[in-house]
Amino acid sequence: MFTALADSLVYGLLGLTEGDRLADALHFFVMDTAKIFVLLVAVIYVMGLLRALVSPEKVRGYVRGKPPWLARTLAIGLGAVTPFCSCSSVPLFIGFVEAGIPLGVTFSFLIASPMINEIAVVLLAGILGWEIAALYVAAGLTVAWVGGIVMQRFRPERWVEDYVWKIRMGETHEQAPDTSWAGRHRFAMAEVREILRRVWKWVLIGIAVGALFHGFVPGDWVTEHLGGEGNWLAVPGAVLLGIPLYANATGVIPVAEAMLGKGVAIGTTLAFMMSVAALSLPEMLILRKVIRWPALALFAGVLAVAFVLVGWSFNLIT
Amino acid sequence: MKTIQVLGSGCARCESTYRLIDELAREQGVEVELKKVEDIAEIMAMGVISTPGVAIDGEVVHTGSVPDRKLVADWLA
Repeated sequence: MFTALADSLVYGLLGLTEGDRLADALHFFVMDTAKIFVLLVAVIYVMGLLRALVSPEKVRGYVRGKPPWLARTLAIGLGAVTPFCSCSSVPLFIGFVEAGIPLGVTFSFLIASPMINEIAVVLLAGILGWEIAALYVAAGLTVAWVGGIVMQRFRPERWVEDYVWKIRMGETHEQAPDTSWAGRHRFAMAEVREILRRVWKWVLIGIAVGALFHGFVPGDWVTEHLGGEGNWLAVPGAVLLGIPLYANATGVIPVAEAMLGKGVAIGTTLAFMMSVAALSLPEMLILRKVIRWPALALFAGVLAVAFVLVGWSFNLIT
Repeated sequence: MKTIQVLGSGCARCESTYRLIDELAREQGVEVELKKVEDIAEIMAMGVISTPGVAIDGEVVHTGSVPDRKLVADWLA
């Protein structure tokens, strides 16, 4: 369906010839735009209808007072189903600290949440196939688990800003959700509008980058420099490139699609995706309000090393 | 007169929540005292993590999103 649409638009309406670079790029752009936005709207709507999205207040309630291993498991699991907006990472961080949740667990949550969510998983499965989606989720969960434990070892408490310890959080008020179908529909529509408004730019930029890569980067060059064989530096390079880049997990999918299509090794692609989704400069600057630079540098370092290891392992076994 | 507080430290969605309530209050001719709460300690003291939140007469009635028009209209009624 989407192929037919892109075919008729690019080759028919615009009269471009198949195989032409510009035509290839445009075809990719049209097809991915249509496919990704249809999938996005559908997934967000269904999630909203089921009210499957968990609020950070609830996560805090579930995680507090649990033994460390259970707290971490819950934080990661719930992080994966919480649609994360970096705008709430400061209150979330403070709320976790105030609830006596260990910082290592909070870091596990902060790693898992932006990287994995239902929306990204469905899109990944829809566009790159469920095997890649499963690999991405498994690798993401592992990094969140190990990353939080490693952070804890460095006693990050000493870098938390003093005022954070002084904040006392009030009782959270559970609002009884409107569970009638009309109410669910309204809620789902509001979620679609809200999330789309937040992500559409990143998704379009991602598709454009993917399209350019698809149309203009020669396949031979990619195989030689970014393929799995003997290109050890490709993975750290991809991770470093991904750190300053900011996009959400959805926006990076079309880029990954183009990379894989041209023959970039799977580990390199996964490492790049994770780095873009989980690590970003704006996010670091927001977290700087609650925690000092040494902890942030450490956080970035631990994640970068973890992503490189993930990339190398996948490149080795495939 | 109701006191309505919009909780959130300057995010775009907090601003739209504030404007929406202001607009509907005018439309319905309801007089309210509309305030912004931007201090993070104060917001958290009210038990809110996900902003924007809305409190009416000191009680939190909404968190985590821009409330839809119907909900706001109900609060003002």
